[in-house]
Amino acid sequence: MAELTKLIHKYLRHDKKFPHVWCPGCGNGIILGSLIRAIDKTGFEKDDIVLISGIGCSSRLPVYVDFNTLHTTHGRALTFATGVKLANPRLQVIVVMGDGDAMAIGGNHFIHAARRNLNITAIIVNNNIYGMTGGQFSPTTPYGARSTTSPFGHIEHPFAISELAVTAGASFVARGTVYHTHLLDQLIEKAIYKRGFAVVEVISNCHTQYGRKNKKGGPVEMLKWMKKSAVRVERAKEMSAEEMEGKFTIGVLVDRELPIFTKEYEKIRQEAKKEYGILG
Amino acid sequence: MEDAVRSGKPVLLQGNEAMVEGALAAGCRFFAGYPITPATEISEAMSVKLPAVGGTFIQMEDEIASLGAVIGASLAGAKAMTATSGPGFSLMQENIGFACVAEVPCVIVNVMRGGPSTGLPTRPSQGDVMQARWGTHGEHPVIVLSVSTTWECFDVTVKAFNLSEKYRTPVIILSDEVVAHTREKVQLPHPQEIEVIDRIKPNMPPEWYIPYEDNARGVPPMGVFGDGYRYHVTGLIHDVRGFPTERPDEIQAFLNRLHRKIYQNYFDIVFIEEEFTEDAELLVISYGSVARSAKRAVREARKRGVKAGMVKLITLWPFPRQFLEPYLRKVRAVLVPEMNFGQVAREVKRINQGMTRVEKLNRIDGQLITPSEILTRLLKM
Ligand SMILES: Cc1ncc(C[n+]2csc(CCOP(=O)(O)OP(=O)(O)O)c2C)c(N)n1
Ligand code: SF4
Ligand SMILES: [Mg+2]
Repeated sequence: MAELTKLIHKYLRHDKKFPHVWCPGCGNGIILGSLIRAIDKTGFEKDDIVLISGIGCSSRLPVYVDFNTLHTTHGRALTFATGVKLANPRLQVIVVMGDGDAMAIGGNHFIHAARRNLNITAIIVNNNIYGMTGGQFSPTTPYGARSTTSPFGHIEHPFAISELAVTAGASFVARGTVYHTHLLDQLIEKAIYKRGFAVVEVISNCHTQYGRKNKKGGPVEMLKWMKKSAVRVERAKEMSAEEMEGKFTIGVLVDRELPIFTKEYEKIRQEAKKEYGILG
Repeated sequence: MEDAVRSGKPVLLQGNEAMVEGALAAGCRFFAGYPITPATEISEAMSVKLPAVGGTFIQMEDEIASLGAVIGASLAGAKAMTATSGPGFSLMQENIGFACVAEVPCVIVNVMRGGPSTGLPTRPSQGDVMQARWGTHGEHPVIVLSVSTTWECFDVTVKAFNLSEKYRTPVIILSDEVVAHTREKVQLPHPQEIEVIDRIKPNMPPEWYIPYEDNARGVPPMGVFGDGYRYHVTGLIHDVRGFPTERPDEIQAFLNRLHRKIYQNYFDIVFIEEEFTEDAELLVISYGSVARSAKRAVREARKRGVKAGMVKLITLWPFPRQFLEPYLRKVRAVLVPEMNFGQVAREVKRINQGMTRVEKLNRIDGQLITPSEILTRLLKM
């Protein structure tokens, strides 16, 4: 408890008028807690952290914490992050996005950011719905699910965020849930430490919108569903396709060393200086 | 390879290249863009020159991303710029509004080509004057400058950076295909002769810093990410601390300040150039490449005894009303030639209020208005 009080005092903004905007029981609060614990573990100074988000319930997260915080336009957080990181590579850039934010309007930025491989940590809060605008389907809404814009059941098929990140070329990809908080702390910490584009997909609950429309119950029932459906990647390897039916993996999906954009660009600077002399 | 441009000797440059030189001279160290005719040469030159001065060039996945990266870079302390043309400029609008509301300095070049839509990629136009003013949603002032010569491409780009830093606002430069691709001899000034203005940074202890607090200038000092002044930046309407607000008094105060900081500094922001205006009976008001034709036409008219004069608008927005009104009061008629259906002419008519006769001369066929077209009209007026 004393530890918790210390973290609250150190990282929450005292001049921000609480209460927060989230529904009671929303997974966003758990993710904020995990993020704070992970950052605290890494030992980075608050001045060196830039926390960036898009638009959505989950993207309201930065305003509550005492870092350099930047709440951008819907879907574009990674583009702003790219500029911040390139202008000052010393800064630790962490981006929080929703599933709609990162996969629909920002889907193109996401795959290009992964491919470019800047040293940025991307946390995607996947609640399978557009929470903020009142429960319309998102690119991760499952087939058949109800939402305010799929009242007869969804006929499209969802993106698998983490798998997409792996294919697009991210250096580090992990999936966690808001039920497995201990694991989530570790995954976020690893992602921040990782040199290269690091993605953490967090399965979260929007009981207010997604839960209610799909009879998934309240926060507790949805957390129980996560507990039941999540399988550690290590265990999943020993399971058959039938056993994995209706389940998903959690843990580190990929962790690889790839050339980092800023390092590569430094070589370009040397080339250009040689060829054109020092301009100035 | 020697850097011919900075040799102090006259050099032959196209408008797009001169803009790059202007940007570098003003301290630009970050550029993000997406290829589009007729602005592409700006990206290409930046990809060579920025890394050589220790800056960063990046080609993004689209224009929305380009401006996003520019805003991010500026918040992290770099002077930053992007360049595009019509279709890309349309895509940038939401982030232009963000930069206005979050008060992030940056420069956006729009090399105008024929529109609407994909339009006429290789042909000049002046169709984006109103979009530059009103393209974003909601209301906020903007600074929009225009260029008509290679020299101005250099000089106005320096001015654009200075204004954006001074007033913490995006500055848009409207160029056009003709100015961008015309090669002219220019002699660039020595870097030490160029006035370069940097944003004012906070110097109080971080705990005293109130990031959006009003002051006499209406422009709060700007903390840079990593400098120890941790604060919140958002496109939501915010209070003086940067936190979202819905309190009417805070909303009103914020939006009033956004407007005030531009309009109270009107005479620092508005530039025009005049020729033969003292005794002019006919006045040509023009900007961009058309101003080149207008200049020639006015000189020819003078040779024929017609008392014509011209005002070239360098600042398009805020509109140079105070500068034009005295002329509207005394000239017999005004001619506004432009490569659109009359966007600036409409603004001139709006401020004219019946003082004089305002005539338009328009081409929307992808061709530059020629000196003889303007002259012929002047002789009939
Ligand atoms: C350009 C633009 N289009 C639409 C919106 C409206 N909008 C705000 S949040 C949102 C979706 C948020 O969903 P998600 O990213 O999944 O975040 P969540 O609220 O679920 O955390 C939308 C469509 C917007 N703000 N900007
Ligand atoms: S609407 Fe959903 S995502 Fe938004 S705060 Fe409520 S529970 Fe969370
Ligand atoms: Mg969502």
